[in-house]
Amino acid sequence: MATAHVTVKPRNRVLAWIEERLPILSFTASHTSEYYAPKNFNVMYYFGSLAMLVLVNQIVTGIFLTMSYKPDAALAFASVEYIMRDVEWGWLIRYMHSTGASLFFVVIYLHMFRGLIYGSYKKPRELVWLLGMFIFLALMAEAFMGYVLPWGNMSFWGAKVIISLFGAVPVVGDTLVQWIMGDYNPADATLNRFFALHVIALPLVLLLLVVLHLAALHEVGSNNPDGVEIKEKKGPNGRPLDGIPFHPYYTVKDLFGVGMFLLIAAFIIFFEPTVGGWFLEHDNFIPADNLVTPTHIKPVWYFTPFYAILRVIPSKLGGVIAMFSAIVLLFLVPWLDRGKVKSIRYRGLGYKLAIAMFALVFVLLGAIGAGKTGEWIPELFGAAADVTLIENAFGRTLTLLYFGFFLFLWAYTHFGLEKTKPVPERVTTHD
Amino acid sequence: MANEGVNQGRRRFLTATTAVVGGVGVVAAAVPFIKSWEPSARAKSAGAPVMADIGKVESGQMVTFEWRGQPVWVVNRSKEQLDALASQDARLKDPKSDNADQQPDYAKNEHRSIKPEWLVLVGLCTHLGCVPDYYPELKAEPFDPAWKGGFYCPCHKSRYDMAGRVYDGVPAPANLRVPPYHFVTDTQIQIGVDPAKGAA
Repeated sequence: MATAHVTVKPRNRVLAWIEERLPILSFTASHTSEYYAPKNFNVMYYFGSLAMLVLVNQIVTGIFLTMSYKPDAALAFASVEYIMRDVEWGWLIRYMHSTGASLFFVVIYLHMFRGLIYGSYKKPRELVWLLGMFIFLALMAEAFMGYVLPWGNMSFWGAKVIISLFGAVPVVGDTLVQWIMGDYNPADATLNRFFALHVIALPLVLLLLVVLHLAALHEVGSNNPDGVEIKEKKGPNGRPLDGIPFHPYYTVKDLFGVGMFLLIAAFIIFFEPTVGGWFLEHDNFIPADNLVTPTHIKPVWYFTPFYAILRVIPSKLGGVIAMFSAIVLLFLVPWLDRGKVKSIRYRGLGYKLAIAMFALVFVLLGAIGAGKTGEWIPELFGAAADVTLIENAFGRTLTLLYFGFFLFLWAYTHFGLEKTKPVPERVTTHD
Repeated sequence: MANEGVNQGRRRFLTATTAVVGGVGVVAAAVPFIKSWEPSARAKSAGAPVMADIGKVESGQMVTFEWRGQPVWVVNRSKEQLDALASQDARLKDPKSDNADQQPDYAKNEHRSIKPEWLVLVGLCTHLGCVPDYYPELKAEPFDPAWKGGFYCPCHKSRYDMAGRVYDGVPAPANLRVPPYHFVTDTQIQIGVDPAKGAA
């Protein structure tokens, strides 16, 4: 539902004076109480507002962390321990920040999955999807650089491995790697510039992108689980028949989601902040050592699916290209999917199976990237099994299936192989 | 302002030239900021050559020195290890060390070193820069039943032989790098300086 630009005329003379000069109340009303959203949002529609909540959490806790953190290779590790032990409530602020980082990706992955299954990337919402993908990209850079800051051994080697990816670029690769690090190895210069990017440059980019993402969304209006355009059926008052004002209906609904989310977040923060090494890795409680590599270098869980693709391909440049393509293809989904029907509810069986497989492949790739298959294979195939051989075969199959999903999505819709169900005129829960 | 008699061509020309001149200015102004990311004078001077005392390194033993923040290995290869080198040629990506970026000319030979027994390598996997582990013994290992000694990277399972030459079918694209070095005396080498020339 495109934003209706309403004009608010406050009775209060002070407010009226301000409103005439800066129409802040009109702007707020246009985007809340006069912004009509489909009435059939389900549980999958919590994650957009939750992502905003986590963003605010990261900014606020981040600001307080910078007050005690030292971006210096000699001092960084100790300053994080200082925050944990000596700063009043420092442990809480840091765990809110570290847990928030992981939950950000939980929320964003579910938000993206929602967009995929309900076709929220399709016309007229292509730009909403594209801007969202840019947010995802900026968020990955932000998370990676934040992970380097404690200067633990996994920070150091993670930085080393990720920056070395750029060394795969032909001709200028090595120069590029030195340029990013500002030294011959990740060093003080690297840590200091990552700090600058993490606390100011990327947050500014993220905030700008979020504003654009929301502006584009409010222009075209939200999609919904039925994939029906609600503004095509309007009542005599010009309001969509299947729309309800965002405020108070969805502000109250989202508040409930916030309550549930905070319950889970608080449990993690207070009882299990490392989540068994998944949110905070054990090897990062050892200070950075440029001469000793951790036994198993692995990124935090949210990067593991892409990392697995890099790992199982037996060529450096090929692996890097495949890993980046895995992300680039997501940008192209609005143009790969030629189907007119948006929601999974009315799409063909082929699509349903493919998207379920895609989600499963993503999770299994994550398990490989996290090194879990190294534990599972000896249990499944006996201690004598060749772990590398089985892991590579399994990982390469999954990588093919990952890319196969996009090829299938295009072929299935381009050649008209999809047998869709009729889409209702209005949302299915309209009375 | 009056709009009559506007010369559209001239207006377009002025807009375009303003944009181009402004664009050149922006690019020029970006140069110092981009350059500021290169290794600083301090980082460069910290990359000075390093002296390594190798008099006490036993046969088959490896010692690690630090040069430019990177581990540099010096291995005193045993005769057994050296004799096995030629047998690996068929399994390697670059057995003849043809990739000139990975060693100075004086180390482009069958043992990739100045003196056959003394192997000097930058101890960073050419895949993504992890530190491989040293498996000196010529016996079957879990990752290679026909192992003839060498280096195995725990990160992504790349394997190198006792001359730092990479095996086929692993993610690493190139042999381990041989840094510039020379023998000052029989028991002392300097890492970072070529035999006849100045610092690299």
